[in-house]
Amino acid sequence: MSRKRISLRQELPLLVWLVIVWGALWQDFSPGNLLFGALLAAVVARLFYLPPVELSGRFSVLRAIPFAVQFLGRVVAASFQVFYLAVVRGPKVTNAVVAVPLRSHSDLMVTATGHVISLIPGSLVVEVDRSTSTLYIHGLNVRNADDVLKLRKEVRDTEAGLIRVMGTKEELAALNLEVGA
Amino acid sequence: MNPDANVVDTVIDAVSAVFMIVGAVMSLAAAIGLLRFPDLMSRMHAATKPQVLGLFLLLAAVGLQLRTWWVWPVLLLAWIFQLLTVPVSAHMVGRAGYRTKHLHRELLSTDELEAVVLKAAEAAKAPASDGGRSPAAE
Repeated sequence: MSRKRISLRQELPLLVWLVIVWGALWQDFSPGNLLFGALLAAVVARLFYLPPVELSGRFSVLRAIPFAVQFLGRVVAASFQVFYLAVVRGPKVTNAVVAVPLRSHSDLMVTATGHVISLIPGSLVVEVDRSTSTLYIHGLNVRNADDVLKLRKEVRDTEAGLIRVMGTKEELAALNLEVGA
Repeated sequence: MNPDANVVDTVIDAVSAVFMIVGAVMSLAAAIGLLRFPDLMSRMHAATKPQVLGLFLLLAAVGLQLRTWWVWPVLLLAWIFQLLTVPVSAHMVGRAGYRTKHLHRELLSTDELEAVVLKAAEAAKAPASDGGRSPAAE
């Protein structure tokens, strides 16, 4: 069986995550338990091999916290909006499928953007074109061209936020150039 | 029992009561959406999303009521797994729904995917006509 060798540095985030999950599930963060968890994590990562996720190697906590707070705020606002639409509009709601080309071509960034945008009520990823990194998004209550523009801007802004949190240096530089222009 | 602890208790109880009620209302929103929305795609919005917030609020209420910090990592974990799996299931159902035409076209104000699907179907038909496989063959 031929597999790509993964360096320990590349595998470390996965192992740390598995150990945290182990500790959380046992509700026990004592050193002995964590050590046993680390042992199990190493065995699991060896036996159930997955291709490594290519992280950008950059993560800005300073940007991540406001992004998370903003995300939670939008989830709350949009949840009530969907509630309102369900009660008032119901069967007469108008939707749209909108194509949104993204800036980044990295799989991780496209996945993360799709996840965030799907978690905010009112938008749902229907289809992904990986070659052009275009997301096709089903938007609830998109009645006209203005709403389409608004939805597209929202997705692009989400991606910009994610690039600021964990994009590569090149993506960040391109984004800054775009905003500055 | 000193009065300070009592006040803190009351505040925690009140906050978790609000969280639980709003969380339950979010589940109600999902149910109403399922009944009221016209097609599969708009129902997916109602079925998958309000419950992300609803679960968050209910888990937070559980965490507040149990008063031990050891439960917080488990509750956070439960929510994170919810965050990771909800978009995937919504995407898979939505994608299957679009491909099998479980949607009301007259309720869409724009559909920028339709042209792409038609083009892909044309391209697939041109070299080897594998009729029936292309999603838009009608």
